[in-house]
Amino acid sequence: MTISAHNLWLIPLLPLLASASCSVIRRRGRSLAATFAILAMAGSFILSCIALRTALLSPASHLTSNFTWFGVGDYAVRLGWLLDPLTAFMCVMVTLVSLLIFIFSIGYMKDDPNFKQFYCFLSLFAAAMLGIVVANSLLLLFIAWELVGLSSYLLIGFWFHKPAAAAAAKKAFITTRIGDLGFFMGILWLNNATGSLLFYDGGRGVLEPGSLAGLAAQTTVGGLAVSTAIGLLVFCGAIGKSGQFPLHVWLPDAMEGPTPVSALIHAATMVAAGVFLIARVYPLMTADLGLAGAPVHALTVVAFIGAITALMGACIAVGQNDIKRVLAFSTVSQLGYMMIALGVGSWVAAIFHLLTHAFFKALLFLGAGSVIHAAHHEQDMRSLGGLGRRMRVTFGTFAIGMMALSGVPFVFSGYWSKESILHAAHEWDVSSLPFLMGLSAVVLTAFYMTRLVAEVFFGKARSASAEHAHENSGVMTVPLVILAVCAVGLGFLGTPAWPWLQSQLTGSTMPAHSLLEGGGLTVLSIVLVSVGIGTGWALYARHPRQTEDVQDPLERAAPGAFGFLAARMRFDELYLATFGRANGYIAALADWLDRRVVGKIVELAGRMSQSAGRFNREADEEGLNTGFNAASDELRLAGKLYSQAQTGETHGYLRVLAIGFVVLAIASMLGGSR
Amino acid sequence: MNALPCTVYISLTGALLTLVLGRRSPGAARVTALGSALLAWGIALVAAYQFHPSPAGLQTLVDVPWIPQLGIRYHLAADGISLTLVVLTGLAATAGILFSWNVEERTGEFFAFYLTLIGGVYGVFLSADAFLFFVFYEIAIVPKYFLISIWGSTNREYGAMKLVLYSFAGSALVLAGLLWAYAAGGAQSFAIGDLAAAATQFSHTQQVGMFALVFLGFGVLAGMFPFHTWAPTGHVAAPTAASMLLAGVVMKLGAYGCLRMALPLFPVGFVFWQPVIAWLAVIGIVYAGLIALVQEDFKFVIGYSSVSHMGFVLLGIAAANVRAVSGAVLQMFSHGVIAGLLFAVVGRMVYDRTHTRKLADLRSMSLYRQIPFAATVFVLAGLASMGMPGFSGFPAELTILIGAWQTSPWCTAIAAFGVLVAAAFTLRVIQVSFFGTSSPSVAGPSHTAAMAPISVPEKIGAALLVGATILVGLKPDLLLNLIEPALRSPLFQGVLNGGAS
Repeated sequence: MTISAHNLWLIPLLPLLASASCSVIRRRGRSLAATFAILAMAGSFILSCIALRTALLSPASHLTSNFTWFGVGDYAVRLGWLLDPLTAFMCVMVTLVSLLIFIFSIGYMKDDPNFKQFYCFLSLFAAAMLGIVVANSLLLLFIAWELVGLSSYLLIGFWFHKPAAAAAAKKAFITTRIGDLGFFMGILWLNNATGSLLFYDGGRGVLEPGSLAGLAAQTTVGGLAVSTAIGLLVFCGAIGKSGQFPLHVWLPDAMEGPTPVSALIHAATMVAAGVFLIARVYPLMTADLGLAGAPVHALTVVAFIGAITALMGACIAVGQNDIKRVLAFSTVSQLGYMMIALGVGSWVAAIFHLLTHAFFKALLFLGAGSVIHAAHHEQDMRSLGGLGRRMRVTFGTFAIGMMALSGVPFVFSGYWSKESILHAAHEWDVSSLPFLMGLSAVVLTAFYMTRLVAEVFFGKARSASAEHAHENSGVMTVPLVILAVCAVGLGFLGTPAWPWLQSQLTGSTMPAHSLLEGGGLTVLSIVLVSVGIGTGWALYARHPRQTEDVQDPLERAAPGAFGFLAARMRFDELYLATFGRANGYIAALADWLDRRVVGKIVELAGRMSQSAGRFNREADEEGLNTGFNAASDELRLAGKLYSQAQTGETHGYLRVLAIGFVVLAIASMLGGSR
Repeated sequence: MNALPCTVYISLTGALLTLVLGRRSPGAARVTALGSALLAWGIALVAAYQFHPSPAGLQTLVDVPWIPQLGIRYHLAADGISLTLVVLTGLAATAGILFSWNVEERTGEFFAFYLTLIGGVYGVFLSADAFLFFVFYEIAIVPKYFLISIWGSTNREYGAMKLVLYSFAGSALVLAGLLWAYAAGGAQSFAIGDLAAAATQFSHTQQVGMFALVFLGFGVLAGMFPFHTWAPTGHVAAPTAASMLLAGVVMKLGAYGCLRMALPLFPVGFVFWQPVIAWLAVIGIVYAGLIALVQEDFKFVIGYSSVSHMGFVLLGIAAANVRAVSGAVLQMFSHGVIAGLLFAVVGRMVYDRTHTRKLADLRSMSLYRQIPFAATVFVLAGLASMGMPGFSGFPAELTILIGAWQTSPWCTAIAAFGVLVAAAFTLRVIQVSFFGTSSPSVAGPSHTAAMAPISVPEKIGAALLVGATILVGLKPDLLLNLIEPALRSPLFQGVLNGGAS
């Protein structure tokens, strides 16, 4: 059975339909909602397996199906679906992990009043995530990327009545959108430079040699090749979504969401989308490698950001006391490893680690969820303890996850994928710094995971909730077991002796090596893992904590450093004091400007017209009117004078009349004599 | 198509009828108003459905002499751009009436003013004669004053007066610019084509001056920074339906005027002013967004967001290529729908029930429990407003930014930053207004009892608007296929290709 790229949209469609039907189901239709969501996910999983089979028939080819979304004249916005091994492996991973987490959530969320809403958002997330994976267009990928961000927002804030959850949701959305801003700029630029956003389009796509040569040939500000600049802008999106330094601050806060959400979105799938994105546009990222004299290569930046993140995340994880926060910083750190792999040129190693990490980190989070559920939402490991005997399945599977994450050799998948990253970093000829930072993080990872397991499962219960904890029902433990099996088995798909996964992803047969290839490095990393686990064991497992308020051994030894790590290196405080405050001031300034300045200018203009009016009126009063008044007064005066003459005395009139008559007579006589 | 002029006549007749009927029964006035709005909208939809673009652009509907001594004609015509906006007007008018179903005070007069305003707006969108355009423009301005000052709320006389003075100041500039062009062109005709032909003979200074007058005059009504301050106060003071129309349609009159008059008539002047307009637009986008971030009054947030979104329209127009301008027209439609929806939720669904718009008060009410429908609609409208894919804002802003990047990447980058700010203020207001922090147990049944459930007209109105934004969001071709051929007409080609620098 095969599936054509043309029908690939069915994979995201199924969960989307489930989401839509969950949104119209009545509130009480709980089992119906869960059934829809799980069935849809199972359907998608089966389709993904068929897609994988199809892709592996010819691993080197990119099967595409493109269509026009809308057009503006001669310019068409085109989208499409893409089927290649990268897509197919991601689809299988996303659908399988989602399916298991959906099942687990039946138990975990069973008392929640918004149960069906949960499945609605979760299915929406799965649909959007699968959309990212099957997209053959940077724009379609971006659309799905935004929808993933939206569903992450909705799910982190699922318990929005908790102020911390509401704040975390907003923080996550805004922080990742800062990265997306760069991503979006990259999209616009790429579109302008190549006229297309399709990855593969029969020779005209942006990832195909024709476009890439053009992009690498042009230079822009600072002598950067255009492809470097666009690559770095796209990488901004990956920094935001994948919790890379300096935008990692949202990811630990996102743990306010329900634990299955943390497992699915903030560990296994969405946060890895940044890594997937860079792997997808890898031809673009590497287009500048051949350029001599380029100021910087895009991948160099990726490697260093990854290295900083890997080490920083591991350090901070050491100082955390909340189970989920330890795991969150561990995710940050592991994503850093994947970025190192991308940066040093081995995208295959990055995807290998992405796939193994998805399973063992989902396992760890669900294990943590199982603990939290059993211990009545107590997630401070100082208050837990002694759960190993009470929750055997959870303990066993969690231990497998822990060993996979720490990189315990030969058996666990995490070892193989991390080893391949370290080998690649070792061979990188630009700088050995990422390699050394990665090695240091290996010790820390083994150490903090041992600490976590010892604190939670060893010793005695240190609180009432831990004492009353007991193993959860099968709906929660069975997914744990399946994930544990994957966490072990998946590693064998990509060992140096049989590099099947690597061959399939690249579409070319990889040479097989002995298991101990690069022996010195292998031994070194085994030693480092042992040191990490040994130290952790010595400090935490040999003498387990007795009560909740005993100081941590590290805190006793170096209170300042431990406090700094516990406060997550104070990034939040730093950002709040700088960007947060600046933003507040600028917004307040703009508001003030609008009310006081622009508003006042308008008012002033109004006042001025008023004053002009008043002036005119005054001028009327004083000038024209006064003149008028004055003239009237004169008239009146004259009238008064005249009126004084009107005395009303007949004698006076007659007298005047007589005088007048005499004057007239004299005058006419004089005149007549002439 | 040929029935399009009837939209004007129906609205004005409807205004008269509601005035008469309203004296007897408010119900009859409501039904009449709704009927005439629906009829006009139906005509617009049918015309849009049957529309065949012509290479000449505007297709004449009516053309008779009006004041022959001055060469003024009663000339109505339509192209894809005017059709898009006519359809928007019909939708906004219908939804606005549904959201004004609860107006009890002088109902007849309310709808009479409302329909007069709508009639004027239809007239503006269909005018092909500059003088006629101006007359309809004035008809649309006057009823706004009465709607706000009689049925408004906070500070209504001030808001109404400010808005009307700004509008008249703007139209005075427009009139001055048009008369100058008319006189300089030999005082023969006010037809847009004739004016444009005459304008080719004008000196550079004349073009620059005339463009400045006309564009600035229209820009005031489009909420162009720094002449936007009428918009927030006016929106806040206005009754729900009037703010819906103000933000949804009246601001579009300004942008439409810029696009229909200023650009084709004075292409040389446009090239001169283009960078200024682009930067003012970009500043407006970010500046208004930042202000919206710190408002304490729910309606002010939406008011400023309107200014910010209209900045995208102006940016698209300033970019002066077919993509960006198509996007700008699409954004006019999109913003008309989304802003209408936002104001409907704030003014009708929330304010009429809670009698407060202070975010601090709303925070303690946990409104999502009492009016979940309003919460859902507002979340959808908020997502649309912040440019989430799936809603009309996304393709509109995307098309604008793709086009604007060709003209000026830096402006585009800053404008895209405005999208980030929009997300910030929208999320803040969603969270504070509906999903306040009061614990579940505190929100007692007393609140629930006090609040009227969302009525049927409100639901229908919301469904219309949400449906429109999603439909256009998924299938922007529906409108772009109307808009884009209009921009290929000779009048626009002169400026849209020459303008790009």
